[in-house]
Amino acid sequence: MSTLSVSEFQGCGSGGAEKPEAPLRFLPVYLLLGAAFGFVLSRSEVLSWFRIQEMFRFQSFRMYGIIGSAVATAAVSLALIKALKLKSVQGVAISVPPKVLGSGIQYAAGGTIFGIGWALTGACPGPLFALVGNGVTVMLAAAISALLGTWSYGWIKPKVPH
Amino acid sequence: MTAWLSGEWPWYVAGPLIGLFVPALLIVGNKVFGISASLSHLCAAVAPGKVEYFRYDWRRAGLWNLVFLAGVLLGGFLASQGGPHSIHISDATHASLVKLGIHDFSGLAPRELFTWHALLTVRGFVSVVVGGFLVGFGTAYAAGCTSGHAISGLANVQVPSLIAVIGFFAGGLAATYFILPLVIGGV
Repeated sequence: MSTLSVSEFQGCGSGGAEKPEAPLRFLPVYLLLGAAFGFVLSRSEVLSWFRIQEMFRFQSFRMYGIIGSAVATAAVSLALIKALKLKSVQGVAISVPPKVLGSGIQYAAGGTIFGIGWALTGACPGPLFALVGNGVTVMLAAAISALLGTWSYGWIKPKVPH
Repeated sequence: MTAWLSGEWPWYVAGPLIGLFVPALLIVGNKVFGISASLSHLCAAVAPGKVEYFRYDWRRAGLWNLVFLAGVLLGGFLASQGGPHSIHISDATHASLVKLGIHDFSGLAPRELFTWHALLTVRGFVSVVVGGFLVGFGTAYAAGCTSGHAISGLANVQVPSLIAVIGFFAGGLAATYFILPLVIGGV
């Protein structure tokens, strides 16, 4: 979480003193990209509880094919971006700050807790919202509950092992 | 053409398209593709309270993420305009789920569990409210979800993300084989 925030500060903060509103011009682009992502989540059916069950029961290759080819595409793209030392269209050098490993407990424990929630709701965070858009409006309750979950983590964070 | 806009895409089309959001967001604004951080940004925006974790400039760190998330909702709405859509799952999964007590296969998620009315039943409440809570708590604890860890993280060859993804599956398998039979079948 903290590593992500640092990257955002680099991304939005550069030249922020003289032009604090520059990144706002790009908000419509993020809206458009988000809409494209919501559309892809729907057409690929990865937002479906049924598809998640198929995956956790190892009864279809589909979800593994989707996740595997998504990772492969992203990895090749990242390698190209690094090799070409590309800059973003806002002129910032592109970098992906690595997550800090530490003891690893937060990833194992947090990951397992999320996995249980993923199987129960049949949706990870993106699909929760895409499902609301698709008319499965009860997922609004799941999204609000997810917010409560995130808030609870923030509250209890000093007391859980990382 | 219209089949592509309303039907189900094959995995080898859907997967690479999802993967392309990683370079797209980096190129637009040096943003790391991930959804769950926006849950923290929403908390920081709406009710930071006295919690240290939420005391940061959410506009600066995450306004783009929240706008992206609003787009996801819009994209879901646009996708639904092609008409009602049922999921053609494998026969094996269909049989497993019937055995579990699921009989309505007409929507994106079983209506026995995912309607406002079902929310008043134990199995609906556990699926929606308990499941949602665990999604929010777990992704914040693990500092990422399917997009941030499984896609961005694995593509960047990060050990923390590999640990997280193994956790996703450990939790998912445990819930599928031990919790769901109790939740759906039992109560």
